Amino acid sequence: MSYLKIDRVGKTFATGNRSVEVLADIRLTIEKGEFVSIIGHSGCGKSTLLNLIAGLTEVTSGGILLEGREVNAPGPERAVVFQNHSLLPWLSVYDNIRLAVDKVFAASRSRRERHDWILHNLDLVQMTHAKDKRPGEISGGMKQRVGIARALAMEPKILLLDEPFGALDALTRAHLQDAVMQIHARLGNTMLMITHDVDEAVLLADRIVMMTNGPSATIGEVLSVPLDRPRDRIALASDPGYLRAREAVLRFLYERHRFVEAAE
Amino acid sequence: MSVSTLRKPSAAPGPVPAAVEAPAAPARVLSLPRPARPPALAVLLRLLAERLLPPLVVFAALLLAWQAAFSGGSSGLPTPAAVWQESRELILDPFFVYGTQDIGLGWRVLTSLERVAMGFGLAAVIGVGTGAVIGQSVWLMRGLDPIFQVLRTVPPLAWLPISLAAFMDSRPSAIFVIFITAIWPIIINTAAGVRAIPQDYRNVAAVLRLNQLEFFWKIMLPAAAPYIFSGLRIGIGLAWLAIVAAEMLTGGVGIGFFIWDAWNSSRLTDIIVALVYIGAVGFLLDRLVGWLGRVVSRGTAV
Ligand SMILES: Nc1ncnc2c1ncn2[C@@H]1O[C@H](COP(=O)(O)OP(=O)(O)OP(=O)(O)O)[C@@H](O)[C@H]1O
Ligand SMILES: [Mg+2]
Repeated sequence: MSYLKIDRVGKTFATGNRSVEVLADIRLTIEKGEFVSIIGHSGCGKSTLLNLIAGLTEVTSGGILLEGREVNAPGPERAVVFQNHSLLPWLSVYDNIRLAVDKVFAASRSRRERHDWILHNLDLVQMTHAKDKRPGEISGGMKQRVGIARALAMEPKILLLDEPFGALDALTRAHLQDAVMQIHARLGNTMLMITHDVDEAVLLADRIVMMTNGPSATIGEVLSVPLDRPRDRIALASDPGYLRAREAVLRFLYERHRFVEAAE
Repeated sequence: MSVSTLRKPSAAPGPVPAAVEAPAAPARVLSLPRPARPPALAVLLRLLAERLLPPLVVFAALLLAWQAAFSGGSSGLPTPAAVWQESRELILDPFFVYGTQDIGLGWRVLTSLERVAMGFGLAAVIGVGTGAVIGQSVWLMRGLDPIFQVLRTVPPLAWLPISLAAFMDSRPSAIFVIFITAIWPIIINTAAGVRAIPQDYRNVAAVLRLNQLEFFWKIMLPAAAPYIFSGLRIGIGLAWLAIVAAEMLTGGVGIGFFIWDAWNSSRLTDIIVALVYIGAVGFLLDRLVGWLGRVVSRGTAV
């Protein structure tokens, strides 16, 4: 039995008297410990799909199963790292993570254990030094690190990342990609990450899910990336396997499913 | 038209690149000559001169103009000199007690403030609670907002007869008038603040499965704090307006009744001293709530 199963899922948004079918017939299974990237043109419905898995929006048809249980509401076992970090600005970095840890482990861990767990997760993303700062006082890359720490601290069954590095500059983005790879290697968690960036998808993922353009977007192709881990971005730059995978994604996005402005 | 000046929490600042590793060769540090800093005392004096001098000069000029305008004796209004002569005791000692009705203005202000504290405190608690519930529901908002907009324009004193009829006693009536005057801007602003909570924060709460109460304390109150405090600030101003007017009619020992009493015994100079007190206290209340709001919503309005 697969870990996460997305079974013939469709999503239609009704606004006023018009309804738009954004996603149609999405079928995907993800195994435990797998790292899957979703790539597709802007507006095709990637975030919508992630929100369906998170339980933040309801499916119109089909179903989503996590470990055989149907997903129909949000919960900490499907933690989300949001595109714009969404840390609470009035809480310190420590307290942002504490909000999550205190809620999720209120019954199962002592105060002392929760404190240690918060520090442990801050350490995972190398943010211990800024634990007493507020989100307004740290850089965009640091905020994203804290967002990841908060999600990890919930010990989710699957970590959902919605273009977590989309708003960052290339250097910071590379640092954070390395951090995510290290965390994945160390903890072996299941991760699903949306991205716009072909290199990011190939570098991080075990499989790349490529989506067709909307409306009624669906999964066009799934590409396995059989590269050894740990992966090194410099060594990979001239690796034939890496280049083949990159080319396959580029061909999908820019030859077969070119971005067309919605014809209205 | 809307009374409330709503402060929108501004968007988070853009991404800042993280620090890059230091270059291998240390950069040379050039030291620039520092401009000599003026001594602290001089800075303080200049600040005082810039901020305090203009209002003092204007105030003195106004007093002089007032003295000149009314010293002819033809008008019924007293001059500043007369105020000083006749009401010197009221000005110099706010806390004397000569009898139950013969007390300093400081005591009277405190009595009035006690009523304001009760009425306004009640309005704050109930107003924020009601606003939070209404802000959560589009339909409640649509249904109730027009009613609130009408009710908030009712002048404080218009509530007094109804309130006297309901409570049959002047003390709770005055408190109720304050409550009913101050509550509308608090409800309206709180509801607006709750509606403006970003979807992101709601998503965080949903993923964490916060219950209603946790959501209220941990997300809603801090996120809407700038809005709530702009409502509270309007509310405290209205409450102070209302107490003076209500006390004139209901009696007691408050500052409002003092004015009415002074008018009946033709002590015009006492009224002028009381006006200064009322203005100063109203100003301080406004500043106090404004300051509290800044402290509380420090994090929200980054
Ligand atoms: N709540 C909603 N109501 C109506 N339409 C919606 C809603 N949310 C999303 N859509 C529509 O669904 C489509 C897909 O949106 P979505 O945000 O999932 O795209 P995306 O692939 O994440 O794009 P991007 O890469 O730009 O983030 C868009 O056309 C959008 O207008
Ligand atoms: Mg998106």
